[in-house]
Amino acid sequence: MSAPARRVVFVGNPNTGKSTLFNAVTGASAHVSNVSGTTVSRSRGAWRGADAIECVDVPGTYSLAAHSADERVAFDAALGADEPVGVLLVVLDAPRLARSLYLALQVLELGTPVVCALNLIDEARQRGRVPDAGELSELLGVPVVAVSGRTGEGLDALRSAVEAQLSSPSPSRPPYELSEALASDAERAAEALPGHWLDGASRQRRRALGLWALLCDEDVEALADLPIDHRILASVRDTAATHGRDLMAEVVGTRYAWIDGHAAGLPGPASSAADHATQDRVDAVLMHPLWGSLVFAAVMFVVFQTLFSWSGPLVDGIDGLFGWLGEVVAGGFAQAESSLSGGMASAVGFLGDLVVEGLIGGVGSVLVFVPQIGLLFLFIALLEDSGYLARAAHLMDRILRLAGLPGQAFVPLLSGYACAVPAIMATRTLPRHRDRLLTMLVIPLTSCSARLPVYTLLVAALFPAAVPGLPVSAQALALFVMYALATVVSVLAAIVLGRTALRGAASPALLELPPYRWPHPPNVWRSVKNALEAFVTEAGQVILVATVVLWGLLSFPQYEPEELLPADVVAEARASGADLEVLAQGEALRRSYAGMLGQAMEPAIAPLGYDWKIGIGLLGSFAAREVFVATMGLVYGIGDEVDEQSAPLHERMRAETHADGRPVYTPLTGASLMVFFAFAMQCLSTLAVLRRETHTWRWPAFATAYMMALAWLSAFVVYQGGRLLGFG
Amino acid sequence: MTLDELTTGQAAKVEQVRGEGVFRRRLLELGLVPGTEVMKVGQAPLGDPLRIRVRDAVLSIRRADARRVEVG
Repeated sequence: MSAPARRVVFVGNPNTGKSTLFNAVTGASAHVSNVSGTTVSRSRGAWRGADAIECVDVPGTYSLAAHSADERVAFDAALGADEPVGVLLVVLDAPRLARSLYLALQVLELGTPVVCALNLIDEARQRGRVPDAGELSELLGVPVVAVSGRTGEGLDALRSAVEAQLSSPSPSRPPYELSEALASDAERAAEALPGHWLDGASRQRRRALGLWALLCDEDVEALADLPIDHRILASVRDTAATHGRDLMAEVVGTRYAWIDGHAAGLPGPASSAADHATQDRVDAVLMHPLWGSLVFAAVMFVVFQTLFSWSGPLVDGIDGLFGWLGEVVAGGFAQAESSLSGGMASAVGFLGDLVVEGLIGGVGSVLVFVPQIGLLFLFIALLEDSGYLARAAHLMDRILRLAGLPGQAFVPLLSGYACAVPAIMATRTLPRHRDRLLTMLVIPLTSCSARLPVYTLLVAALFPAAVPGLPVSAQALALFVMYALATVVSVLAAIVLGRTALRGAASPALLELPPYRWPHPPNVWRSVKNALEAFVTEAGQVILVATVVLWGLLSFPQYEPEELLPADVVAEARASGADLEVLAQGEALRRSYAGMLGQAMEPAIAPLGYDWKIGIGLLGSFAAREVFVATMGLVYGIGDEVDEQSAPLHERMRAETHADGRPVYTPLTGASLMVFFAFAMQCLSTLAVLRRETHTWRWPAFATAYMMALAWLSAFVVYQGGRLLGFG
Repeated sequence: MTLDELTTGQAAKVEQVRGEGVFRRRLLELGLVPGTEVMKVGQAPLGDPLRIRVRDAVLSIRRADARRVEVG
């Protein structure tokens, strides 16, 4: 890490190309990390071609007032709360300069050395209104360099300006004086702040921090950890109020008064009517009640289809590759095993199983998510860069408000119907921490594609194909009911959780709809790469370990073949031509730790209509829900090479009886199991990615607890209620 | 009148932002200070949220929030 004084923090409004500029300046050295204790990410990298300058990129913000977790990260970085900052690099939006000045003025007040990057200068030039960097520099009293993060224009000059500020720093100051009354209020308000913020601070900085404090609200969670004396602030505000002064309006008004006073010389609304006309024409179509809805439906259809089915060949390819790799390695181990004898042979056999089933299988079960995550982030990056993602949120806001969520939750929730893992990662596009958590907690309830084989198996095995008098098949109806149920329950869960566990202060859903732009390929690539890296390296580790543990539960203790099957069973099997190896596999699984667990938990699941063999299936499905099918195939001695359409498995399930001769599987048991699968948190990968995205085990544990309770109670009501009504 | 009462294409000047705390601060800091020109440019298909142009940017704002901005 570089010396503290050589740190440059990039601050700027959202949609000003700040991250593009950051990426252009840092190149391959940049990496993303979470700010500890938050879901907010921050990028770091070294300035290319400069002598040890560390660059830090924080979330885009319209103001330094820290009223959300994102804004708090930006504020802390600008203040130098966690680590000293040498230069604050303010990214200005050249085509819409006037509006990006508010944050710039707030930064100038702090007094830290500043360099302004007048970004998107190429876009401004296309629009025929190029702000003069020299003139702006004179107005603001700090170096201003015209740049374009996209084309690389002006980056050398920007680096020189930053290097000059680092080697001989000149403190910044705002281009206006506060009124006497406001200055004295600010100084009093500063006394409410943590003492060490003010140690050695200039009078200007004290006042700046005082103004910042005057915009603070007492009940803001993002500031709850700071020792701010709100009594002092309240008394300053009250005193001002008795003189008819509104301090919030005064503080904000002071900055805007300067901007409006100098706006005539800056490109602003007056000169941009033509731009607005273009954007408004596109919006007139894309936001039109009919055409806009059709375009929206088409875009979302493509996103969903890509995840749900078009990613299939890639997923199958990865599956196949690891299956092939496993076979090759297993063959090698088998050869080694046969050339050895006794203890060595069984040790090699064990090692082979661990490598093939545990490690190769585990790595495969991590990488199998790569196509869906990559494709989803590709779409999100394209939609975000083009400006459409914000508009999709605008279109869906009214509907999602019913669930207490903002419009931005739509794409992640829709993705959940394909797979919860990429969907949970996609909640990164939600700006508010509370909304993001709430969306992550209900995504596992949406009906992901891994549940489909389970539903298909149960429906095909246990439900009649046709019911007299019903226009659709009973099986189609059952599937429809499951999807509808998942949707209704995830909405209800969002409403309930939003009012209980995640009750948050209401904040207005203000969303900027950025100008339409062509997506910038390096941005798109970086977004896909960051998502995949985070998943494979962090969530992947957890999934790998969990897969190995689960494999151990299902495979141990190990038995010799002759221990498993009594002689009469062997003789009978030989006579009927049954596969002895498959029978032995089934018996080994029933006697495994998972089998013992299944038996131990039978009392807990018996009220839902399940026996301990189904319990093994439930445990096995933690690897992925669809593994239930193969596990049941093994449990019933048919082998794991079955799929949900397998007729022998269906027949075997229908023939299965309890000890007293009652059939285990009735349509009612099937319904109870389907409901259980709809609501239960039975997916290690989902838990791993929840942990990765929230950076704590608390939320995965919470999701597991509430979903398991919901699943058990619902299955109980279905099964016992059904029995009371005389079904099953 | 209030911001939600504007018809599409109609412009007006902000007179006052009512409400308090975070909500009011956000609107003010986005530039809805008294005297600023705002224009309604449209609304979502279900009639809510609204699209408002202010200081060169288009904002999506819910009707209930827009009701707290007095314009004239």
